[in-house]
Amino acid sequence: MAKLNVNGRVVDIQVEEDTPLLWVLREQLGLTGTKYGCGVAQCGSCTVHVDGAAMRACAMPVSAFNEGQKIVTIEGLSPDSSHPIQQAWLALDVPQCGFCQPGMIMAASALLAANPKPTEAQIREEMTNICRCGTYNRVLAGIQRAAGIGTSG
Amino acid sequence: MNAITHPSRRGLLATVSSALGAFTFGFHAPLVKSAAAQGSNAVPEINVWVVVRPDDTVVIRIARSEMGQGTLTGLAQLVAEELECDWSKVTTEYPTPGQNLARNRAWGNMSTGGSRGIRDSHDYVRKGGAAARIMLVQAAANGWGVAASECSAANSIITHGPSGRSTSFGKVAEAAARLTPPTDIPLKDPKNWKLVGKSIPRLDTAQKLNGSQVYGMDLRLPGMLNAAIHACPVFGGKIGAIDSKAAEAMPGVKHVLRVGENAVAVVADTWWRAKTALDAVKITWDEGQHANASSASFAEVMKAGLDAPEAAIGNRNGDARAALAGAAKRVEAVYGYPHQNHACMEVMNATALWTAERCEVWTPTQNGEAALAATAEAAGLPPARCEVHKIQLGGGFGRRGAVHDWVRQAVAIAKQIPGTPIKMIWSREEDMLQGRFHPVTMCKLQGGLDAQGNLTGLHMRISGQSIVAGIFPQNIRDGRDPVVFQGLNASGGEADIGYSFPNLLIDHAMRNPHVPPGFWRGVNLNQNAIYLECFMDELAHAAGKDPLAFRRALMGNHPRHLAVLNAVAEKVSWGSPTAPVNGQAVFRGLAQTHGFGSYVAACAEVSVSDKGELKVHRIVAATDCGHAVNPQQIAMQVEGSFVYGLSAALHSECTVKNGRIEQENFDTYQVLRMDEMPKVETIILQSGGFWGGVGEPTIAVAAPAVLNAIFAATGKRVRQLPLKHTDLRRA
Repeated sequence: MAKLNVNGRVVDIQVEEDTPLLWVLREQLGLTGTKYGCGVAQCGSCTVHVDGAAMRACAMPVSAFNEGQKIVTIEGLSPDSSHPIQQAWLALDVPQCGFCQPGMIMAASALLAANPKPTEAQIREEMTNICRCGTYNRVLAGIQRAAGIGTSG
Repeated sequence: MNAITHPSRRGLLATVSSALGAFTFGFHAPLVKSAAAQGSNAVPEINVWVVVRPDDTVVIRIARSEMGQGTLTGLAQLVAEELECDWSKVTTEYPTPGQNLARNRAWGNMSTGGSRGIRDSHDYVRKGGAAARIMLVQAAANGWGVAASECSAANSIITHGPSGRSTSFGKVAEAAARLTPPTDIPLKDPKNWKLVGKSIPRLDTAQKLNGSQVYGMDLRLPGMLNAAIHACPVFGGKIGAIDSKAAEAMPGVKHVLRVGENAVAVVADTWWRAKTALDAVKITWDEGQHANASSASFAEVMKAGLDAPEAAIGNRNGDARAALAGAAKRVEAVYGYPHQNHACMEVMNATALWTAERCEVWTPTQNGEAALAATAEAAGLPPARCEVHKIQLGGGFGRRGAVHDWVRQAVAIAKQIPGTPIKMIWSREEDMLQGRFHPVTMCKLQGGLDAQGNLTGLHMRISGQSIVAGIFPQNIRDGRDPVVFQGLNASGGEADIGYSFPNLLIDHAMRNPHVPPGFWRGVNLNQNAIYLECFMDELAHAAGKDPLAFRRALMGNHPRHLAVLNAVAEKVSWGSPTAPVNGQAVFRGLAQTHGFGSYVAACAEVSVSDKGELKVHRIVAATDCGHAVNPQQIAMQVEGSFVYGLSAALHSECTVKNGRIEQENFDTYQVLRMDEMPKVETIILQSGGFWGGVGEPTIAVAAPAVLNAIFAATGKRVRQLPLKHTDLRRA
């Protein structure tokens, strides 16, 4: 039994307390935009915001959260895909298969929230999510576009 | 049909539901049948490729699978080009494999591999669009009582020239569908293309930005249960004994099942509970004859193959052995390429519903027809009583194409629980252990130079694993795997060697380990391009010649290979000094190859620090795929190919110990991340005249271009991948 604040709504969860937040989001709340990729916090496909910071939901038990913490998933990032990161992604056609992109978008939006004008080096260091299709250069360009900074070179 | 919903970019803001909307459990696209599939009251199709609704929406049917490569958009462009429809009204849907079977394969081959989506179907899908346009125009002309030749179509509007009357596709679609299809279907001259050749945005981006895109693992069906599975990690092994007492008592657990001879599954109300209970099942494996196999023991087998007298010949002219014997200088090197996992971001998964009468499967697949065949076989039912619904793939890269092992498992589970949909998802660990791996090979190359440094002969002996022997053994003839020589063929137009050697022998000693091989994005072109292009660099160095000049001297009869090589050389100003980056000197390396019908080349610019740290700064790549349907999508495939190819070159390796794969997750199976991603500049040679694939060929030039640049920087030859095993500090 847990209470979580997800996308602005407090919900009661009936689940073993060691269940990772990822699987609560996916299986209890039906928020399947948050993806399972590795289960060991390596790939970042499960990235959500907890009080505005990026967190990998696959390795955090639901018992680590309380209703005072605001959890935001890709479904709750904006009501209409209007977040600057989503708009930049749309303009640059960033996704390929798209599976890692909810995690990428959540990581990128948290990065800009913390650092509105990141350098290229900071983006490369902070964005550790894995994409096997190979969208990294467009993810980089998308973050720079959303931040209103020109692409280098 | 599986409707593929993609809200238009204009409509995105208006149509995306609220964040809380996702709390509403609902059915997803795969269960929504299109009107065309529902029978009598449906909107009639003009032909199998095109449906026009009364509101002028154009539904273009796509037989190939979208897995990120953009084929959905590219194929729709080809149809729409000939259809002359309004692109903003285009939507797409997949015909199902069952419908293809029932309609005598009206949509042709559904296989989506080998970079074949567009190059193998451009002709008939364009004819589908053209035939539909002809019928729509004829229907309008009939309505007006005028000659069709006086009418024309553009932007979904049909106009009668002499009178100026016009109507829309939607208004005449039903009448058009009743007409006899034309037999003479001329296609446009490419110079008149309006959509093809343009960097049109993808049709499927919007739903990938807000979590609404449904992948296989996201599927929910009423009454569905979830399954986790673990198969014997030693290939060829099987279940010895199972103690499932503890697992059966765990919350939510419904069944602990044997799946075939070699796997155990737990079925529970949620996947996490199933996975947790599976971890509590005590399984004793009967590991079988490969329990002691290792990468080291197999390397010995391959090494012996490098000098074995028997080998299948792939390409031969002149007498390479005699030329080597008589050479003024001989160069010899042995290279190696490891097993690798596809590591799709979405692990293997399938949802299956079995009854004694019928079996349905929902799964991400690169080949719906092969998935249907696997379903029928595992279900024990004729294919006509089975169906496969293709769901968006979270990556494919060849893993989801030829072998549908995971589909068989899901059906085998569902068959034990009739009437209940079972969603089976592999854990990442299972996905790593149960891969269909990039084949492991070694290659011994021997080259002879005359006193002037001219190449007189080359012998290239490949030893190792055959994908075809593992997957399609019936295609092995006289011990020869024809695909193993990809990129090294004398002719064929698909994957040909780009040099004319005075004396040449390329042969293959097939040596197959127990680890099952798979078609891994780029297939055999990957290692062959490394072997040949790195050795060409070694020969150039031994001859005291510039690597570009040395290659060019042998490429006179290969103008398209030469054109892409020249394109990258010109772009980087090959031979000119490089500018240091962060105080590090920058060095260049070249590679070129031909595969999947396209010509590709790359120049990598790298630096290596005193500590041996490699930095790939920039890669300039050239692709000649003939007709370039969507240049932006091609550029994205080229960029992505470097991620895949550099992951393989720098990090990725699956090793075998005690018969099983040692790397179980991304902590030990490293792949390229953004911090290592170089800038990529893509040159697309729109030479026209042929259709080449773009999803794979560029991967093959990633590693050799970088390895050759590393030699320029350090004087060290890296001959065994991945690179992480080599100390790059200057000696």
